[in-house]
Amino acid sequence: MAIRSIKNLKEFSTANERFEGAHLLCPGCAHSMIVRELMNATDDNLVISSATGCLEVCTAVYPYTSWDTSWIHIGFENSATAVAGAEAMYKARKRKGTLKDPDAPVKFVAFGGDGATYDIGFQWLSGAVERGHDFTYICLDNENYANTGGQRSSATPIGAHTSTAQAGRVSYGKKQKKKDMVAIMAAHGAPYVAQLAPNKWKIMAKGFQKALETEGPCFINTVSACTTEWKFDPKDTIHITDLATDTLMFPIYEIIDGHKLNILYRPKTVIPVEEYLAAQGRYKHLFKPENKHVIERIQKEINEKWEYLQRREEAGV
Amino acid sequence: MAEKMELQEVEVWDGNYAAAQALRQAQVDVVAAYPITPSTPIVETYGAFVANGYIDGEYVMVESEHAAMSGCVGAAAAGGRVATATSSQGFALMVEVLYQASGMRLPIVLTVVNRALASPLNVRGDHGDMYLGRDSGWIQLDAFNAQEAYDLTLMAFKIGEDINVRLPVMVHQDGFVTSHTAQNIHPLSDDEAYAFIGDYKPVEEMLDFSKPVTYGAQTEEDWHYEHKAKQHRALMDSTVVIDRVFEAFEKKTGRRYNRLETYMMEDAEVAVLALGSTVETSIVAAKQLREEEGLKVGVIAPRCFRPFPFEELREVLAGVKCVAALDRSCPMGAMGTLYNETCGALATIPAEQRPLVTNFIYGLGGRDFSVEEAKRIMREQKGHADVGHITTHIQQFSGLRGPKLGFFESKRS
Repeated sequence: MAIRSIKNLKEFSTANERFEGAHLLCPGCAHSMIVRELMNATDDNLVISSATGCLEVCTAVYPYTSWDTSWIHIGFENSATAVAGAEAMYKARKRKGTLKDPDAPVKFVAFGGDGATYDIGFQWLSGAVERGHDFTYICLDNENYANTGGQRSSATPIGAHTSTAQAGRVSYGKKQKKKDMVAIMAAHGAPYVAQLAPNKWKIMAKGFQKALETEGPCFINTVSACTTEWKFDPKDTIHITDLATDTLMFPIYEIIDGHKLNILYRPKTVIPVEEYLAAQGRYKHLFKPENKHVIERIQKEINEKWEYLQRREEAGV
Repeated sequence: MAEKMELQEVEVWDGNYAAAQALRQAQVDVVAAYPITPSTPIVETYGAFVANGYIDGEYVMVESEHAAMSGCVGAAAAGGRVATATSSQGFALMVEVLYQASGMRLPIVLTVVNRALASPLNVRGDHGDMYLGRDSGWIQLDAFNAQEAYDLTLMAFKIGEDINVRLPVMVHQDGFVTSHTAQNIHPLSDDEAYAFIGDYKPVEEMLDFSKPVTYGAQTEEDWHYEHKAKQHRALMDSTVVIDRVFEAFEKKTGRRYNRLETYMMEDAEVAVLALGSTVETSIVAAKQLREEEGLKVGVIAPRCFRPFPFEELREVLAGVKCVAALDRSCPMGAMGTLYNETCGALATIPAEQRPLVTNFIYGLGGRDFSVEEAKRIMREQKGHADVGHITTHIQQFSGLRGPKLGFFESKRS
């Protein structure tokens, strides 16, 4: 398949305009960076589905569309199944010879936020991956239901304030840990699973290309910093994402064939998690003396996870 | 290339097998499905066709009915022929996506084997699921027996895929009574059936990369209303194509279908209005009453439940003295749907031509509806007709054990 060469960010960012700049996403939203990078990672035709959510409501408001490619949105939970249906139709029509351009290379991609992926669409994604459709699912993980004003999801980390898991006089925010979606998708035996971040754009582009090249269902969890609900200045999206990857709050790694784990980015200096938390309004209550234990817990769990990932990588199994 | 199947002039098929054969003959590109009683044999039979080389298309066994319809929508938007099957709870789980399929104007065919809705859980036939779909924007065709399930499934593709329609179509049959009862079926040959339906003609397809399309856009108060109104209009206007396809099918097979079926209505004084296998039971009852008791009874049955044949219904009912609308679904706080549609149709004709209208709830959860019960209802309508007003409750529960249950009485002054 045709893959774009990646030389420099300028060339890469201006090369392809299948995702138009005219959309309604918040200034500073990482969603559009991730989507554009995916679409720039290949010259192949794309059939894209999007779950109901920020990306969908901001890019296809009739009579406009930001998508200069085939695009479908059905509902909140079924983005994976929408593209799986299209992929099945592609196979059937290719076999029967009813495609207009049977030789045109095509890739099938589904987008969903963490609500659509971790929560309401979990079953649909699991089913589509189990059936082995040839598609790539990209979760735009901003750790909350941002489209409806910032409610908790099972991707919301412990200690974060959301409108349905609030910090208050007797509460430090969300009480539960974030669901490990990457491990769950790897456990499906998907041939390529990764967690990537848009600040590490070269790694992300390579990961996307790997997923698109790989036959079968691939899953990528992308960190999508949410200026509105994480509460930081829109100009700081990449800075916040740098803190996310360099505190190892979001380790960048891939898992091949369900078991072979490779760490794709190692921070030169690992930053204490306080710095990441302090940069966002959603964590500000954690700096009260009575909530200090939550920060300690977050740091401890980050350390344990990093240790675990390194051991997995070393073991090569 | 899929193997063709040699069929006898007369085959012995039940409703499920008949529907599965129609799907095979239509050479569906994608079937995305999830099994549920009593429609399970449709997807099992189709699976056997796949395993034995009779199907060229994709057969995607998904993890739920919601996913089945979601997969159908994705597949249909990619420009090919799509079908699935379901019943009851599966139908209920699909409802969200039924609206999305019709809103995107995707001509998917759904064979619905009617079954009651829980709770209490029940696998037998009633029309609760069929009624649940009535506002979903689908054309709903109703088969009263296995032959009709076969015929209507073939016709559903031709109707829904017509460029002037482009709407999804349900073909209903009664759970067990139709789906699991074998009868003599006169099928078309594979070639004849496919030629009748014709090739699928892609419209705004996602796999034509020269012309990117956006499916499932957002509209708020500025456009949503216009879109839904247009969709309703498309559904109302589909009657032209439905009639044309029914005519073409009659030419091909000699089997005549009408959006509103009428039996013995030429001189009928009283009538019943029903759906599904009850129609045939009612015809038997009406014939017996005509022969045995000289009662002029007729039977009316909407073949096309949506779009509802209002004009045809008021035409046939004008001058009839009393009609009973039989609803096989619990109305839950209202009159039955067929009763309401009938009264809606009749409100537009002069009062002196309007029959009395009663409503019977019957057969819920597969409770048998016998010829005797149909005759009792018909005789009762004759009684109302003779005295010129309804002497019972307007809505009655027929065939219910325990004390009689009825609601509303006529207001006569």
